[in-house]
Amino acid sequence: MALNGIQIFKLTPKKNCKECGCPTCMAFSMKVAQGALDISACPHMSAEALESLSAATAPPMKTIKVGKGDAEYTLGGETVLYRHEKTFVSKTRYAVSVCSDMDDATIDAKIDEAGKVDYDRIGEQMHVEMLYVNCCEGTAADRYVEIVKKAAATGKTLVLGVKDVEIAKAALEVCKDAKPILNGADASNYAEMSAVATAAGVVLGVSGANLDELYDTVAALEKAGNKELVIDTTGATIKETFENTVQVRRAALKNEDRTFGYPSIVNVSKLTKDDKYMAQALASVFTMKYGSIVVLPEMTYADALPLFGLRQNVFTDPQKPMKVAPGIYPLNGADENSIIITTVDFALTYFVVSGELERSGVPMNLVINDAGGLSVLTSWAAGKFSSGSIAKFFQEEVEPKLKCRKMIIPGKVAVLKGDLEAKLPGWEIIVAPREAVELVKFFKDMQANGEL
Amino acid sequence: MPFNRKPQKFNAQIKAVEIGVGEKAIKIGGENILPFYTFDGDMGNTPKVGVEISDMGLEGAVAGIVSYYEGCTTAAEMAKKAAEMEGADFVALSLEGGDPNGANKSTEELVAVAKEVADAIDLPLVVEGCKNVEKDSELLVKVAEALQGKNVLVLAAKEENYKAVGAAAGLAYNQKVGAESAVDINLAKQLNVVMTQLGVKPESVVMNVGTAAVGYGYEYVVSTMDRIKAAALAQSDTTLQMPIITPVASETWSVKESLAEEADAPEWGSREERGISMEIQTAAADLVSGSNAVILRHPQSVATIAKMIKELA
Repeated sequence: MALNGIQIFKLTPKKNCKECGCPTCMAFSMKVAQGALDISACPHMSAEALESLSAATAPPMKTIKVGKGDAEYTLGGETVLYRHEKTFVSKTRYAVSVCSDMDDATIDAKIDEAGKVDYDRIGEQMHVEMLYVNCCEGTAADRYVEIVKKAAATGKTLVLGVKDVEIAKAALEVCKDAKPILNGADASNYAEMSAVATAAGVVLGVSGANLDELYDTVAALEKAGNKELVIDTTGATIKETFENTVQVRRAALKNEDRTFGYPSIVNVSKLTKDDKYMAQALASVFTMKYGSIVVLPEMTYADALPLFGLRQNVFTDPQKPMKVAPGIYPLNGADENSIIITTVDFALTYFVVSGELERSGVPMNLVINDAGGLSVLTSWAAGKFSSGSIAKFFQEEVEPKLKCRKMIIPGKVAVLKGDLEAKLPGWEIIVAPREAVELVKFFKDMQANGEL
Repeated sequence: MPFNRKPQKFNAQIKAVEIGVGEKAIKIGGENILPFYTFDGDMGNTPKVGVEISDMGLEGAVAGIVSYYEGCTTAAEMAKKAAEMEGADFVALSLEGGDPNGANKSTEELVAVAKEVADAIDLPLVVEGCKNVEKDSELLVKVAEALQGKNVLVLAAKEENYKAVGAAAGLAYNQKVGAESAVDINLAKQLNVVMTQLGVKPESVVMNVGTAAVGYGYEYVVSTMDRIKAAALAQSDTTLQMPIITPVASETWSVKESLAEEADAPEWGSREERGISMEIQTAAADLVSGSNAVILRHPQSVATIAKMIKELA
């Protein structure tokens, strides 16, 4: 529970020495309570006071870093259960699962396929970030290490699903520098596993037969001093897994139970066996509901296109609308002579409009203006989508690149037509309908009238 | 020390709305927990899955859908087939052919189709208009009249035509009426308020709070549904306690991920697989956000989502 200013003030030396930069201890306490200053800015806090304060002001869910270099990812650190309450901060990461009981050809194919998904979606590079290397019972250490080496060679961050302490040790020998996750602790082996993970300097994954066992194991690990943890919430069934994942996150964020304040691993591939469609459904469910790492049986483009789109949407900061990069987007095989249509850089506008334009089948160049990521009317009202800004953008960016001098503007800013004609001599300005859904018909009519 | 479970208890619940008649009638809503939080309390009725067919037949449909309906020549035959689909709880008939900017079929023609379909199946029926507000205010009124006694859900009354559609479907002909708003909690609330002021019983209203395919501004859908369920349950806002139905298919099958032919995007692989995945993932996200019913098209999506609901409920 966050403390208020008065509670913090009681723990300060009350000397008003100003060394922290604040005029009084009271002012300092208020700032700490707001999160504007860190408690360590006061040089005179007693050790006990510091300890009790940092425990009380610590975030409800830990931020855990895994992987290294370009493949380093931040997990957890969430403060809310719903994105509208503030924002989600660490997006779900996806792992593709391989298992030691698969033959080499299958493993190679899976690793290869996971690497193929790699594309840009509104400025974000989408790819499978992790590989989950599962060690099934009875696997020899050599065999497992061999697969781990193969997986490590991809440069993706690894999650080692291994319960055997000796095999874990051997596997970490070959990959610990890349900071994988050792997902292997449970009630029976947590002390030894924790020692192995700590010695290798990697994050430890904890699982349990049920929430109570899981809770006790995490508590015991914390007591032993290991707080570099992730919680594997996968249960025996889909229903149990959903409950575990929600309960763990809710306990941490709503009920301030810090024992469960760690990122989660949800192993969908374990739950769905060969049903790839169910895996798609659950990938979506656990992206929405609190999976920090979601382990999937495969990742083809069919799996990826909706999933990464969903993730990009859900993890957008509600205070910062998604933007597309301003520029010229040729559609339906447009060339420099194709007609030009223009709108704002608000991602939702772009998607709706470009979808309709693609459906029309008419080759055209969609020019996206820099309008601060706002919708047409909002940006127009804010002065960010004006005849001046459009004319400037067209003169600088469009005129040198395209030959067509016909521009279609959004129906909602029909009022700009006259101004634009004055500012852009030689251009013909055409007003589009007010709603995107009417665009297909609009172009059909233009075609019928020979205006294209 | 065992984990201290703290169930989230609410003193309110989502209203249960019945659609259809007879043995196969369904109820949606009735829960007093957040979506699938069965560990907190009673889920009421499990979410339902509808199969969408269109008066336009199979125009533009992928091979898997076309082959499922092989041999069907009329909408009624397609409806029968749709009702047999594994996982189907209801059938949704889209009258998209009525769009004046499209095929512009006459109201009489479409009402006849709706009647034919309603008579052919014993599963509950949802009738979707053509989305053109003027046409729908005439079309849906006539549909509601023609299907009296079938207890169908008419989609949908909007801000612009709720007086016509709401009064006909919800009052005069005693059907269930959908209230469609555009991804905004305040618009959803306002429409429910004016519909009830019109005299439509809250128990006859199902909301379509707007949707999108995942990746297409879907964050607004998530937050709208999250906030509506929170207002309905935590704050006992009676004007937002209607269950939610989400027409998923019409959104997901019209984005480029589901439309692009393999020749245009070779690295993306099978168009059909992409379309199914888009439909499944969007429906799953809708359901965990609070949809009480979803409308889908592909047999694989219907089977998978029905199974997912069974697993989670």
